[in-house]
Amino acid sequence: MAGAKEIRTKIASIKSTQKITGAMEMVAASKMRKAQDRMHASRPYAEKMLQVIRHLAQASPEYHHSFMSQSREIKRVGYVVISSDRGLCGGLNSNLFRRLVQEIKAQRQQGIEISFCTIGSKALGFFKRFGGDVKAEVTHLGDRPHIESLIGPVKVMLDAFERGELDAIHVVYNEFINTMTQRPRIQQLVPIQAADAKDRPSGPIWDYIYEPDPRTVLDSLLLRYIESLVYQAVVENGASEQAARMVAMKAASDNAGNLIDELQLVYNKARQAAITQELSEIVSGAAAIS
Amino acid sequence: MAMTMHVDIVSAEGAIHSGIATRVYAPGESGELGIAARHTPLITRLKPGDVRVVNENTSDEMEHFYVSGGMLEIQPDVVTVLADTAIRAQNLDEAAAIEAKRRAEESLAGKTADFEYAKAQIELAEAIAQLRAIEKLRKMRAS
Repeated sequence: MAGAKEIRTKIASIKSTQKITGAMEMVAASKMRKAQDRMHASRPYAEKMLQVIRHLAQASPEYHHSFMSQSREIKRVGYVVISSDRGLCGGLNSNLFRRLVQEIKAQRQQGIEISFCTIGSKALGFFKRFGGDVKAEVTHLGDRPHIESLIGPVKVMLDAFERGELDAIHVVYNEFINTMTQRPRIQQLVPIQAADAKDRPSGPIWDYIYEPDPRTVLDSLLLRYIESLVYQAVVENGASEQAARMVAMKAASDNAGNLIDELQLVYNKARQAAITQELSEIVSGAAAIS
Repeated sequence: MAMTMHVDIVSAEGAIHSGIATRVYAPGESGELGIAARHTPLITRLKPGDVRVVNENTSDEMEHFYVSGGMLEIQPDVVTVLADTAIRAQNLDEAAAIEAKRRAEESLAGKTADFEYAKAQIELAEAIAQLRAIEKLRKMRAS
């Protein structure tokens, strides 16, 4: 009975793979729920901050922070690229990079120079192969990213912006639409667009008392606002990663199931053939003796 | 009934507290602030320390929240604390930026080295600020 034993070991190995992918699916599902919670938890902070910044932009029009001026000509653009640290999450990262490469090509055709800041080891690995001016990086943020670890990389980019080395900064991440769908998204960080003073609220205009002065307050507010936007993108990308991993692992488990079924059929046939052959050998042997 | 205001303490990583209060005390950058309802609109940076909230109905007890800095926004009936989750200072931020840059350069060059000095420095600063807050609390209890 040729191959029966091999098939049996193959089935056993696929079964253990299936167990692993099944476990990873469940782990990803629970992590995804937590990541979604974090995603929602970070919203009130950014919203509140945007409110205050909008108000400040209206109340003290004499001070224009460089993060808010729209007038610069775009010659050099920075991208903060957020990816996962680990693989096995379907096409999540490759879709993101593909989208980014399209964008880069379009920019380069217009003669715009580009530099990057990478968050997550997949993005870093991608730019190592792809080539590109990586100004800063951070990896291994873990499942619970902290804003602390983002301060440095964000500052590198913002400093470059303030020195005039960059004219705009975008953040690139996977938007979490639902468990089945994640979409690569490129969002502009600075100049801040949402802070446009176009939509003035009605009602009397009032102003804050500033301690120590409007400039310092606005500076630290804007810095925190941008950091919180990057943090939100990181958290959202984390939720997308877990969702994509969950779906990918579910597909892997299903495929393993199909493979096992097929192999089982082949194994049964081989076994049956072996038994039939043995029987006919015995019968023909007995006939030869008598 | 005492006049009340809404108090929200939020950080980038999540909401910390939300409720109705009669009074709020916060460590403003240019001095300790005591806020009652109908305060004039004010916005300031916060120093590391603790924010104390006197909740409605429990006029004697205060709730304490440790913040490592942030922003405080006051409107007549709303007080918002935008708390930092990390210790912030110009030189610490600078160190973090340099660290991020160095890492990028090194990993692109293929080198690896763990330089934990900046991290240790940040942790130390955080510990000191926390100790100060605790000390302040103790003094207040004793008096």
